[in-house]
Amino acid sequence: MSASPENTSTTDALAEDVAVAPATLAGELFAAGVGAQAGPPTTPAPGTGAAGQASPGAHSHGGPAPTGSPAERFASTDPDAFGVPTGREETWRFTPMKRIRPLLDGASSDAHLTWTTDLPEGVELTSVEAGDPLLKGLPDPVDRLAALARQRSGGAAVVRVAAEAQLDRPVTLGLAGTGSDEVVWGQLVVEVGAFAKATVVLDHSGLARYAGGVTVLVGDSAQVTLVSVQDWAPGAVHGGQYDAVVGRDATFRQVVVTLGGDLVRLVSNVQYAGPGGSAELFGVYFADETQHQEHRLWVDHAVPNCTSNVLYKGALQGESARTVWIGDVRIRPAATGTETYELNRNLVLTDGARADSVPNLEIETGEIVGAGHASATGRFDDEQLFYLCSRGIDAETARRLVVRGFFADVVQHIGVNELQDRLMASIDTRLGALPGLDEQPVEVA
Amino acid sequence: MSVDTQTGTTAGTPSTGSVLEIRDLHVTVGEGDDAKEILRGVDLTVRAGETHAIMGPNGSGKSTLAYSIAGHPKYTITGGTVTLDGEDVLEMSVDERARAGLFLAMQYPVEVPGVSVSNFLRTAATAIKGEAPKLRTWVKDVKSEMEQLEMNPTFAERNVNEGFSGGEKKRHEILQMRLLKPRIAILDETDSGLDVDALRVVSEGVNRTREEGQVGVLLITHYTRILRYIKPDFVHVFVNGKVVEEGGAELAEKLENEGYASYLKAAAEGNQA
Ligand SMILES: Nc1ncnc2c1ncn2[C@@H]1O[C@H](COP(=O)(O)OP(=O)(O)O)[C@@H](O)[C@H]1O
Ligand SMILES: [Mg+2]
Repeated sequence: MSASPENTSTTDALAEDVAVAPATLAGELFAAGVGAQAGPPTTPAPGTGAAGQASPGAHSHGGPAPTGSPAERFASTDPDAFGVPTGREETWRFTPMKRIRPLLDGASSDAHLTWTTDLPEGVELTSVEAGDPLLKGLPDPVDRLAALARQRSGGAAVVRVAAEAQLDRPVTLGLAGTGSDEVVWGQLVVEVGAFAKATVVLDHSGLARYAGGVTVLVGDSAQVTLVSVQDWAPGAVHGGQYDAVVGRDATFRQVVVTLGGDLVRLVSNVQYAGPGGSAELFGVYFADETQHQEHRLWVDHAVPNCTSNVLYKGALQGESARTVWIGDVRIRPAATGTETYELNRNLVLTDGARADSVPNLEIETGEIVGAGHASATGRFDDEQLFYLCSRGIDAETARRLVVRGFFADVVQHIGVNELQDRLMASIDTRLGALPGLDEQPVEVA
Repeated sequence: MSVDTQTGTTAGTPSTGSVLEIRDLHVTVGEGDDAKEILRGVDLTVRAGETHAIMGPNGSGKSTLAYSIAGHPKYTITGGTVTLDGEDVLEMSVDERARAGLFLAMQYPVEVPGVSVSNFLRTAATAIKGEAPKLRTWVKDVKSEMEQLEMNPTFAERNVNEGFSGGEKKRHEILQMRLLKPRIAILDETDSGLDVDALRVVSEGVNRTREEGQVGVLLITHYTRILRYIKPDFVHVFVNGKVVEEGGAELAEKLENEGYASYLKAAAEGNQA
């Protein structure tokens, strides 16, 4: 079975994991004239020969054949270097441009989110002005929205965790929208010293138009979990670029939970500053009628012996609910010993919802431990429902258990019990409001 | 073979002994032109207190029989009847069948991500009993059954069948049978893939259920190995979608020595005729 480049179906039964199909030369994939801002190709070639077959828990040894070197992704701190997107660009083609427009126009504003912070011992919250050397060292913005956020925020809030600190509880930044129509521009830097261990929770709520950049600098051998909860009020628009720079032998875990808002579009990038780093990117999203939720990932393996693992799961309900997941992983020639796997699953609960899922793997060295991806979009897994019902559980309860479990599977990676409980309760409420879950057809693959 | 004289009692009547009756059951898989008949007229009666072994080669339709009784939507019943204490099982939904007292230990138990074993067991017990079991006694019951099945207590916090070894999956199936206390238990190759220790532990679990009485057991197996631990009252040889021979425990010994070859040959000739 070859990897399906786009999984836009709303009716397929959840498919088996698919083996990876390495993409061919990016040069062959870019449409003519797309130019420098095309970003990584998002259309993998159909199964081309030696595939690096891998499934979770199973490695392919020896690795797949290299696939050549794709064009670099354009990045700049200058918003105008990107031009104003029209919606035809590869990176914007899924996004509803009208709704995101305020975040691309770039009108300056003094609007802010209301901050509520919980800072355990060993954590410092400060700010730096524009032009501070710290900001110069951050990975550059990859699109106009991110470049505007970097520029218009005029500096950055900085969370510093001292080297070797072991926090007794998570750092929590509650970021609440105030209902202003003006765009809030924000930039946050989380700097975690070597050998420190920290969890940082960004808890977004309220009504806002928010363009926020977040950069996490993970010191050597540090262990950092960044949780970003998008629990926005209806009508909120949130876009932003998240970067992680993972130090030598460090572990970075990101958990993105997108539930609320009208439009959320997050770009999460990972790069490794030294060998031995590990990155886990988890995400859950739940789109209702009218919501657009877009998560774009880019993991850049450029040094040896690093691992990445991506698991994103989403559910959609209601006419015109829309989700987009783009998972780009690049393994550069120097990144020998890389091990990577990415998986995206979408559960379509009602007719009329649409999930796009585009995994893409660029492999430029054969000397990797393993690389694979899988993507599946569909209805309930009927074998799961049958199993539960065969134990006396009625079909409606069985469906709720399965959807709940579908989310819990990811939420349980957060590792903060109170937050996990709150998010699951919020998901339960959403499921409770789901009409006719009991009338969902039971289809058998 | 037991004589079929008992008239139906309602499913609600306690402990007078349930009876599962399968008559001339025909089942197909696949749709339209691809439909393929797998069961070709199965007759079988299982009463409370009896243990029936169904033995047959791979692909003979044993799992199809088990799934059809449990109501898996993949299988289409094209003829015949299945009743439990006179009630039409085929009219019931999957969950109604379980609540009526049918239990299927599956050959390939299904993973349910994000749903913990303890949550699953409690939800199932609540559904079967019609009310939530008292927390204190329930926790004690689960713990004691798990101990007897030599399962690690941390098992309850894991997700249903996720990452379970073959043996853990089968123990988990028997744990459910112990806790849900069915009237008729169908065990589909519960023995396959088990090492000797696991086979003993799982068999002891089944025997505890039998000793408590009032349960009919339909033990589906490919090998005679498990029958050393669980002595059947009746053995049915299942070939090519139907029962081709019936006898007592001694029939299992004959199969042990001779295999299914003669039955398969006869079935092949029968097909040509
Ligand atoms: N979904 C299906 N589609 C087509 N054939 C099937 C399907 N399920 C089972 N079969 C076929 O039905 C026959 C009986 O299978 P099964 O009941 O699993 O046998 P057993 O349990 O005795 O090994 C086999 O030939 C198998 O290939
Ligand atoms: Mg079978």
